[in-house]
Amino acid sequence: MTTPSGPTAALGAEPAFVVRLDAFSGPLDLLLHLLREEQIDIADIPIARIADQFLSAIHDLGLNQAADYLEMAGRLVRLKAQMLLPRRDGEEGWEDPRHELVRRLLEYQLVREVAGWLERATERRADQYPRGYLPPPPELPPQPITLDLLELLKAVEKVISEIPSPVLHRVVPRPLDTEGATRRLEAMLAERDEFTWVEALGPRPTIVDVLSTLLALLELAKRGLVTLAQPEAFAPFVIRKERPPAEEPVSPPETALPDPVPPEPADDTARPAD
Amino acid sequence: MTPLAQLIEAALFAANRPITLEELQTLEPESALADVRTALDELREHYDFDGHSVEVVELAGGYQILTRRAFAEAIERAQIAVRTPRLTAAGMETLAVIAYRQPVGRAEIEEIRGVSAGGVLRSLQERGLIEVVGRSEGLGRPLLYGTTPLFLELLGLRDLGELPRTEEFSVALHTHKPEAADSADAAASVPAES
Repeated sequence: MTTPSGPTAALGAEPAFVVRLDAFSGPLDLLLHLLREEQIDIADIPIARIADQFLSAIHDLGLNQAADYLEMAGRLVRLKAQMLLPRRDGEEGWEDPRHELVRRLLEYQLVREVAGWLERATERRADQYPRGYLPPPPELPPQPITLDLLELLKAVEKVISEIPSPVLHRVVPRPLDTEGATRRLEAMLAERDEFTWVEALGPRPTIVDVLSTLLALLELAKRGLVTLAQPEAFAPFVIRKERPPAEEPVSPPETALPDPVPPEPADDTARPAD
Repeated sequence: MTPLAQLIEAALFAANRPITLEELQTLEPESALADVRTALDELREHYDFDGHSVEVVELAGGYQILTRRAFAEAIERAQIAVRTPRLTAAGMETLAVIAYRQPVGRAEIEEIRGVSAGGVLRSLQERGLIEVVGRSEGLGRPLLYGTTPLFLELLGLRDLGELPRTEEFSVALHTHKPEAADSADAAASVPAES
């Protein structure tokens, strides 16, 4: 897998050197390519020439991908400068500044070789197919419903038609006629001194009559015009006319207290009326 | 075929990955590993000698039934199965470094390849070929990467020991001890190769 030879067009004339950088996997790859093109002995790289070629090769490179190449370019330029420094031949301890670059190039070349081996192994393996196993599809969430307007309206209609007709309660105001009941009771009191709750209600009372009469009675009792008395538990209570003059202290037996009970029989009488 | 060999055949057929010897043994708790091995041999011979178009292949530490190479071209031409997509050159190089240097950090990979490796590492990780195997003790405790069983499956290797030793490559270079003498020697040997 020594790619550079393929996708690049390297011509003899140096200025017309055309390289497609995306064909390289990095600056080391490009450098190896240049060395190979020039048939350069890696042990004695003409740094100046290679650095110039490298720079011209990356000249048109977009900056976004240039960082790796620029770093290498900088390295090469520095090497080029180091190589220009005078040195005495045979000087002890002089280390070739190209050494590190050569080491990296060879190391990278090895990586290329290994990558090539991996590639071939992969291709060989790809020649054999496993069973076409497909894992069971995962449970998908329900598809979002796609409807056109007409379908949507039909659906709405259907839903609406299925709504049971609502049970409507008509509330009819039935105002209590407390004043009328009061007048009726006063009329009765004018005739008799004492009468029972059932008599006060009159024949076939409605629930409104019952409530009106009760409120009227309580009002009359409050005004001290009548006393309410219940002889025994659950018995219909008796309405007695109070004498207008004194004897007030007697009336306080506001036996109105047991009143809560009387509505019971009242209720009884009301029910058949319903 | 013996019942155990039949059982193993069924299991390998049903599996979507290489199945290890130990896993096959659990099919029949009474059996010993040696029995499983014998049964595998029996199955292999059955495929080999009866002219079957599939074979039992040992890879990634296990066994898998694969079609024979001879049929690959026809299968691909008829578009019945899709060939495993190739990795990019950058991906292969990165895999090469990781396979031989694991556990290895990103900085070392980038140093060797001379390019930043973030994107490649991510895509290799997404393909399940490499994984984070730890953290270096070094500054910033960088992540260390290693290859996965899927890497072995991709290459059709039984284990990492099947990777050729670096000395076997034509570039004779001792990458681990970059002494001047070594690389000079190596350098001398390279032009002959290329």
